[in-house]
Formats: sequence, C-alpha cells, structure tokens
Amino acid sequence: MARIVAGAGMSHVPAIGVAMDTGITGDDYWSPLFAGFEKSREWIKEVNPDAVIVVYNDHATAFSLEIIPTFALGCAAEYAIADEGWGPRPVPAVKGHPELAWHMAQSIILDEFDLTLVNKMEVDHGLTVPLSLMFGQPEEWPCPVIPLCVNVVQYPPPTGNRCYNLGKAIRRAVESFDKDMKVVILGTGGMSHQLQSERAGLINAEFDNAFLDMMATDPEKAASMPHVEYLREAGSEGVELVMWHVMRGAIDKDAREVHRHYHVPASNTAVGHIILENTTA
Amino acid sequence: MSTQKDYHDIPGTYVFDAEQSRKGYHLNMFCMSLRSAENREAFLSDEAGYLDNWPMTAEQRQTVLKREWNEMLKLGGNVYYTAKLAATDKLTFQELAALMTGMGREEYRDMMINGGRSIEGNRSKSEWT
Repeated sequence: MARIVAGAGMSHVPAIGVAMDTGITGDDYWSPLFAGFEKSREWIKEVNPDAVIVVYNDHATAFSLEIIPTFALGCAAEYAIADEGWGPRPVPAVKGHPELAWHMAQSIILDEFDLTLVNKMEVDHGLTVPLSLMFGQPEEWPCPVIPLCVNVVQYPPPTGNRCYNLGKAIRRAVESFDKDMKVVILGTGGMSHQLQSERAGLINAEFDNAFLDMMATDPEKAASMPHVEYLREAGSEGVELVMWHVMRGAIDKDAREVHRHYHVPASNTAVGHIILENTTA
Repeated sequence: MSTQKDYHDIPGTYVFDAEQSRKGYHLNMFCMSLRSAENREAFLSDEAGYLDNWPMTAEQRQTVLKREWNEMLKLGGNVYYTAKLAATDKLTFQELAALMTGMGREEYRDMMINGGRSIEGNRSKSEWT
C-alpha cells in the first residue's frame, strides 16, 4: 500500500529560484533564508520519498483566463519548465508519475471532488521553487512529482475547508494505490505578501506565525478562516495560503512538527516553512 | 451563497474578482501573449501596432502604452498578467511593486529588508483618509 508519510508547507517566491539559479544564495540578503532549509534537505534525503505531490498555483502560465480550473491534477509523464517572461529556469524537466496520478484522479473524482485532469502542462516557479528548496540543484529531480494546481489568481479560490477536505481525499486515494510507495505532500505559496497596487509590500509576521502554529496544532481552525481575512491580514496574494490546507488535510491531524522556519523578506514576501510527519504510518 | 464584496474596504488593493476579470479579459490576454520571447520582441518594436490585435478599451490601451501599472489593475488587469509586461521591460517583480507604491526602488527594498509594510494602519480604507 502507498502511504503519505509527511507534509510540508513552504513559500514559492520566484526570486528564491533566481537566487539559486544565479548562485547568490550565500550573500547577506539570502543566506538566512536558505539556512532554514538545510535541515529540510537533510530530512527529505532521509525520508527518500518515492513521489512528491506538489500543491501549488499556476501564475498565468499554463492556464490563462481562457480556462480557469479550480483544481487541476497533473497526470503527465513529464512537465516542461515554463518561460514566465524572464526565460525558463535552468532546472531539470519534471518527471511525473502517471500511474499514481491516474489512480488518484479516479479515486478523488469518485470521492466527489470534480478535478480537471491535465496531460500537458508547463510548470512555473510555483512548482519548481519548492523542488529547489527541498532538493537543491540536482541534475535530475530525485523522484517523480505529481502537480496539483489550485486556482488562487481568479477570485474566489476554493475555501480553506474545501482544500482541507480535498487533502483527505488525496490521502484516501494514495492509500488505495496498490504499490508500496512513500509519498510526501508539499503545500506551497504565501506567506503574507501583496504584490499589487499601493499596499504592495505588506507583511504581517504576527498573522504568519499564528498560521504556522495552527498548521502544527489546530488545522481545522486554520481551514475555517474566510478569504477576506487572508486578503486583509496577509495581503491580496497571501490568500495562496489556502493551498497549505490541502497538504494539511492529507496528513494526520496530530502530525508531529519536525521543523519550522520563518524569514522576511524574499523580494516582496514573507517566507514560511513547516514540516509535519505522520506518526501512525 | 452570498457573493458580497466584503473585501472592498481593504485599502490600496484590487481583488481580481468576477467584475475585474470581465473588464480585463483582453488586457490580460494581451499580457499573456508576452510569455513568448518572439512576442515580447514584436511588441517592443511596434507597441501600438501589436496592441491592435487585442480588442481592449482605449483607456486600457493607454495604460499599457504609458505603463500606468495601478490604472491597469483598476481597469481589470491582474498583477500576474501585468507582470509579464513588466518582464518585457526587464523589470523585476520587486521593481514593479515599488513602482505601484510610488516609492523609489531603494526605499521599497529597504522597507522590505526592515520587515515590510506594517499591517497596522493598513487594514481598512477608513485608516487611509
């Protein structure tokens, strides 16, 4: 039986990718941010997952306003790295896991979540930055990746509660896959940030740390937060945090916190990170 | 289910909701076209001509030509789309954000290094009067 052994939440700021790609992670601006991921890289090496599910949002890259899927699951064998306007990131193409992804698609749809299924998709920094943070700069990514895109660009995104329950359906799907596999799920985006208009640059460390606390100990309370609270307290783009609830729903309610990191800033954004392990598996 | 716009009280913010999306469709799809290097080049070599391919309003068109970033958002632009126009101008996301706040690049960068814009005094339009 496949199982989800752990979940992690993390920001996916594009400038983090640029810092890695241009070799400036050791400078004064970036080193405190990357120091907080050293333990994460050792941890994931130790866990050695057979696949990772990355919950992220597409930033007007693979999806435009032509088609706006609320939840889109990647079932492809490979995903090309997108040009987001600054040229594609120099990172390896992302290999998928079509067999597990298609199994998940069937299980989750019959579990009453009406997913969009994607067989061809370029992936942007929302997916590649978390891989870089967790795996560094390998020639090939160490394991297959299953992308799950959540719309957070067009308001309204799905509710926190819907995301949390989708996480539970993802867990049921993985656990009904008839192969012995260890899976880690990453919930990405946030933390507080606003990229637009006169209020750009908003950071709310108090909100972010309270959110990390809730991720650790009270995920149901976290999932019940209304959108307007994210928009007001964590900035218009801080609403990306709803994606962490998908990850949180896919692991034990009383999962054990093994690592946490918080740093301001990465470009316009507060960077938060938490790793939670299942104790039952 | 209520679709009341409870977020309209947040100052200095355009939430990209249904109304904004309807207004901004062609403006945003123009920006989307700038994902390809070839189109970026074509746009820069003849901005007005390139814009003829997108049936946006005269007002939206002016905001693009004049790079009025906040006006673009007001007229239905979404920042993930308008960022592709900024990228075409070789601006980073942080430089774009600084422009929208009216702060200088250095001043904005320093604000971020010092912990960002505080939430205090920035929750409600009533605090901005």
